Amino acid sequence: MTSRMDARFAQLKKEGRSAFVTFVMGGDPDPETSLAIVKALPQAGADIIEIGMPFTDPMADGPSIQAAGLRALKAGMTLKKTLGLVRSFRESDADTPIVLMGYYNPIYIYGVDKFLDDAKSAGVDGLIIVDLPPEEDTELCIPALKAGLNFIRLATPTTDDKRLPAVLANTSGFVYYVSITGITGAAAADSSAVGAAVARIKRHTALPVCVGFGIRTPETARAIAANADGAVVGTALVDALKASLDAEGRATPKTVSAVADLAAALARGVRGAQQAAE
Amino acid sequence: MTTAIPNSYRSGPDDRGHFGIFGGRFVAETLMPLILDLEKAYAEAKADPAFHAEMTGYLKHYVGRPSPLYFAERLTEHLGGAKIYFKREELNHTGSHKVNNVLGQIMVARRMGKKRIIAETGAGQHGVATATLCARFGLDCVVYMGAVDVERQQPNVIRMEMLGAKVVPVQSGAKTLKDAMNEALRDWVTNVHNTFYCIGTVAGPHPYPMMVRDFQSVIGAETRTQMQEAEGRLPDSLIACIGGGSNAMGLFHPFLDDPSVEIYGVEAAGHGLTQLHAASIAGGRPGVLHGNRTYLLMNEDGQIDEAHSISAGLDYPGIGPEHSWLHDVGRVNYLSATDEEALAAFQLLSRLEGIIPALEPAHAIAKVMELAPKKPKDHLMVVNMSGRGDKDVPQVGDILRGRARAQ
Repeated sequence: MTSRMDARFAQLKKEGRSAFVTFVMGGDPDPETSLAIVKALPQAGADIIEIGMPFTDPMADGPSIQAAGLRALKAGMTLKKTLGLVRSFRESDADTPIVLMGYYNPIYIYGVDKFLDDAKSAGVDGLIIVDLPPEEDTELCIPALKAGLNFIRLATPTTDDKRLPAVLANTSGFVYYVSITGITGAAAADSSAVGAAVARIKRHTALPVCVGFGIRTPETARAIAANADGAVVGTALVDALKASLDAEGRATPKTVSAVADLAAALARGVRGAQQAAE
Repeated sequence: MTTAIPNSYRSGPDDRGHFGIFGGRFVAETLMPLILDLEKAYAEAKADPAFHAEMTGYLKHYVGRPSPLYFAERLTEHLGGAKIYFKREELNHTGSHKVNNVLGQIMVARRMGKKRIIAETGAGQHGVATATLCARFGLDCVVYMGAVDVERQQPNVIRMEMLGAKVVPVQSGAKTLKDAMNEALRDWVTNVHNTFYCIGTVAGPHPYPMMVRDFQSVIGAETRTQMQEAEGRLPDSLIACIGGGSNAMGLFHPFLDDPSVEIYGVEAAGHGLTQLHAASIAGGRPGVLHGNRTYLLMNEDGQIDEAHSISAGLDYPGIGPEHSWLHDVGRVNYLSATDEEALAAFQLLSRLEGIIPALEPAHAIAKVMELAPKKPKDHLMVVNMSGRGDKDVPQVGDILRGRARAQ
C-alpha cells in the first residue's frame, strides 16, 4: 500500500509544485482550538501537517515554540491527547499526511511499542524526533519503520558528505533540511545556500527534501520552495496564534483564522514558486 | 536490580556511551558531528603523554593539588563513631572540585582549536571555574545561569564578571540549573562551529559523562594514596553529595572495584521526598533528557518536574548516567538529605572544624552525622568536602537572621 506521504509527494510532483508544510503545537492554546486549527490548515493550503508534541524542555526550540509547548501543557495537553487530536482530524481528512514532531522522553515514558500502535491507529504518518540521531536508531527509528511509520530525519549544515549516508540510511517519507545551525525561529534562511545544500542532499537520496527553520514570510517561502521539494513554516504560525490570544493567553474568536490566514498567504507564496519558475 | 552484575564496575561506558541502559547520545543532529569530533579529540588527548604532563603541571601549580586529606578530629569526637577524614576539594583554586574538570576540558578545547567556551552553572562554582580558566587561556566565556540562581549566588556572579565572563540569566522554566542547561544547549546548536560546551558534571551526551569522570577521578586517586600514607590501608567508606554527581564520581570511581569500601551518595531531598525535592534516584525513574538516559524527576506524561533544593548546585531533576547504573547494580547506596538537615550540618561544621562548607557538601555531612555514630572507632570514613561556603554566606545568613527575628 502506498503511504499517505508517498501519495502526497506523487500528487505534488504531478502538479509540478513544492509542498507547503505547516507546524503547529498540539494543544496550543488549548486542545479544542488546536483541533480547529489543524482542521483548517488543509483548506488554507497545507500539504503536510506537523504537530508538535509538547515537552517541558525543548532544547532545539526558540522562545516562540517553547512558549507554545508550555501553553499546551498548561491547558492539560498530554501525548495521549495529541494522539487523540490526530484521531479526530482523521475523521474528516483521510489524505493529508500528519507528522508528529518532538522529543523522545514522553514517547519513552508512554512506551515505544504502545506509542507506535496507538500512533498508527490514530492516523499518524511520520515522526520527527529531534533528540534521536542515527546513533540511537534502535530506540525508536527501527521499530517505527517496522510499524509502517515514516521516520523523518533532520539534516543540518553540519551534516557533511561523510555523515549524510548515516543520516539518510533509515530515513523515509522526506528529509527535513534544517537551513541554519540554530534553534527554531532564530534566523532567516539564505535561499541560495539552501539551494546548494538541497542539491548536495539529493546527490545522496531519492527522497524529497523539505526545508525549514527561518521561513517567516510568503516571499521567503517562495524563494525556498523554488529550491526544494517543500518549505516548512512553524514559528511564524505559532507567533500569529500567540498574537491572537487574550491577555490571559486564552483563545479568542480570531485565533483559528489568524493561523489559517497566514497559512493561506504562505501557501500562495509556495505555489507562486512554480509559476515563477515556469 | 535487573541489571547484571559486571566483572568490573570501572569498565564503562561501552563505545556508544552506555552504562547498562543509561547514558547514550540523545542530541540534535546539528550537534552530532561535533560530539563525534570531541570523542575523537578526547581519545587522542587521553593517549598523549604530553597532554597528561601539561594537566599535571597545571593541577599542581595553578589548582594547588594534591588537596589535603584532613582528619576531622573534632567532628569525629562529636559524633563518637567512625574516624572521619575530609578530602579538601574546597581548598582548590576557585573553591571547589569543579576546576579539575574544567582544566581538562579547556585543554581539550584548545587542542580542538575552539576559541569560545560556554557553560551552564547552578551554584556558580562551575561557572567560576570556567571563567577562571578562560581568563587564564584568553578564551571567550559565556555562562548560562538560572535567574533564581543568579539571585541566590550573587558572590559567584560577581566573580565570574570580574574574570571577564558574560553571565546570561535564564528566565525560562524554574530558572535554575535545568533551564541553564537547556539554554546552553541552544547556544551550542547555534554556534557549533566555534564553540566548545564545557559541561560541569558527569551528565550530557557521551563522551561527557566519561570524560568529566576521568578528569575528576584525581580526587579518588589521591585519596587512595593519602589514606595509605595516613592509615596504611584503604578507607572503609566514602560519602559525597550528588547533584549531577561529578564530585561523587571523582571520589568513588577509583574505589568501585574494592568490595570492602562502602560507598554513599547523598541527593538533595529539599523540603522532603514527598514534597518538592531534587532526589532523582529516590523519587524518579529512567528517562531521556539533556543527551542521556538516566533517573529523572517527571510526571506520568514524561514531562520533566521542577526540582527544589536549598543548594543551587544540587537543584537539578536528573543525575549522571553512571550513578543511575551504579544504583541499579547496587554498588553505591544513594541516600538523601533535606534542606533543614543540610543547614544544620552547615552550622555544625562551621563551629566544630572552622570550615564553612558549601551547602552542597553540607548534604553529605548531614548523612555523616547519621552514619558515623553507628560505625566502630576504627572505621575510616572519607567525605568529599567538594566546595567552600563563601558563596552561601549571604543566603544562609539571611535564613538564620530571619529565623532569629521570628522567634
